[in-house]
Amino acid sequence: MNQEKTTVLEHRIFQGEYRLLKLSAPAIGPLVQPGQFVHLKIPRLKNAVLRRPFSVFKADAESLSILYKAVGQGTEAMRDIAPGEPVDLLGPLGTGFPMVGQDNIPVLIAGGYGNAALYLQAAALPVKGVAFFGGRTAADILCVEEFEALGWDVRVTTDDGSLGTQGLVTDALDPWLAEQGAGAVELFACGPNAMLKAVGDRAIEKGLTAWLSMDRNMACGVGACLTCVIKRKTETGWEWARCCKDGPVFNAEEILWDE
Amino acid sequence: MNKQPDMRVKIGSLEMKNPVTVASGTFGYGPEYADLVDLDRLGAITVKGISAEPHIGNNTPRTFETASGMLNAIGLPGPGAAGFCEKYLPFFENYKVPLIVNIWGKTVEDYGRVTELLDAPARVDALEVNVSCPNVKEGGALYGTDVDLFRSVVDEVRSKTDKPIIIKLAPNVADIKRFALAAEECGADAVSIMNSYPAMAINIETRKPELANRTGGLSGPAIKPIAIKLVWEAAQVVNIPIIGMGGIYSSEDALEFIIAGATAVAVGTANFTDPSTALRVIDGIESWLAAKGIAAVDDLVGTVRG
Repeated sequence: MNQEKTTVLEHRIFQGEYRLLKLSAPAIGPLVQPGQFVHLKIPRLKNAVLRRPFSVFKADAESLSILYKAVGQGTEAMRDIAPGEPVDLLGPLGTGFPMVGQDNIPVLIAGGYGNAALYLQAAALPVKGVAFFGGRTAADILCVEEFEALGWDVRVTTDDGSLGTQGLVTDALDPWLAEQGAGAVELFACGPNAMLKAVGDRAIEKGLTAWLSMDRNMACGVGACLTCVIKRKTETGWEWARCCKDGPVFNAEEILWDE
Repeated sequence: MNKQPDMRVKIGSLEMKNPVTVASGTFGYGPEYADLVDLDRLGAITVKGISAEPHIGNNTPRTFETASGMLNAIGLPGPGAAGFCEKYLPFFENYKVPLIVNIWGKTVEDYGRVTELLDAPARVDALEVNVSCPNVKEGGALYGTDVDLFRSVVDEVRSKTDKPIIIKLAPNVADIKRFALAAEECGADAVSIMNSYPAMAINIETRKPELANRTGGLSGPAIKPIAIKLVWEAAQVVNIPIIGMGGIYSSEDALEFIIAGATAVAVGTANFTDPSTALRVIDGIESWLAAKGIAAVDDLVGTVRG
């Protein structure tokens, strides 16, 4: 974990409402493991005391990039970040995705730009399986070509049918899973809570392993403040686990869903 | 060329090599920031509140960002005194930094028990007594706002340890001087001022409070002027040292607290914004003193004019 004064290398519209921010980060970039995140202090966001966490989309020895959409005060202010500007970054943070179990076919499942958190895993996995991407509409489906270029079989669903099959991502996943032999599939997922829970429930029901990247409001990002906790099952009940440190990736079996 | 200013301060028998610590609850139990901050550069480290028994804390959401600050209602989850000693004390064997453990209880007896449990380990240098957590229903803030209950807690803790005890005062009282004086009379070595301020935020669309606990404590730059006033008031009536805290983001903020009457200061919410804040504050105080030709930070304490 490092704190680094990075410099903006690139900041552009990636697709529709989604933007790509690429930072020169030689102290953090080379350390990033798939599924980890960075904690960004947004420049010129006066009156904000908290950083904002972002999954790392891509990383190399010199840089890293994130994908984001303006969804609140912080991400709206980020749109003004200019190339060459310094950005204070903490990272890499959290516990990311494990390697796929031997002989298992890896399956990626993403809701919207949740697939940004899966790209490094998609690149790192030795076997390329199937990637299910779901979104509200065609504009929310990102990076299909990039995952295909890595060798993944990408299946798209949209709520409105404007791209791929109409329906939820699980509507495409379910028949595919039904065709597979037992135990040979391992799931890696990132997206909205309802999607993650649906994926986790299916995995448990079918006796599959599913790794879910959980997103919770965060303050410190390093495990100190205990803001971003979720309930993790224990032998006797449950305990709080920190999304920022123990996660963000958890085995679906560990998670006690409240909602 | 001015001499290096003397940065040392004393909180009772606790010697700090500089006047800067971190506020309880903002720095975990020690290891969390160790990759980012050289802990041995701090005047002391103050860890998150520990009770006699493990405690589960509040539901989520537990924090909410507000203008120049944040609300928190974490609810003091923690491993309990035995759990802390087992899980976290060994970590501190690799460090020289003085260790202040923040303690709390639901009853006066709880305060006594946690004090006994933390009096034993030599590595615990001092106890900061939280009588003012706004987020725990039982006891909690009540001990910080009722002067008789307050005295009973300080008496109990004092009777169970000879280590320095620092009483963390609640800001939401009619007269902070009464509580600071009561702490001094009951044998406290210092007071820390202030805890977060009881506060609330509501989402207008859902009409629900933003925190699961409904209310929480406000911290960050928004509360700094409140804290400065409380430190200044308390400093006029007590002789024991004051640890000032509330929205410290820079050495200038820290110097303002020292001039108001604080012997030492704690960086809190700013750790979340920038983990290097405490170290920058130390360096900034030192260079400011040197530039002004002030020989020792202690010489600046309570020097507000007018």
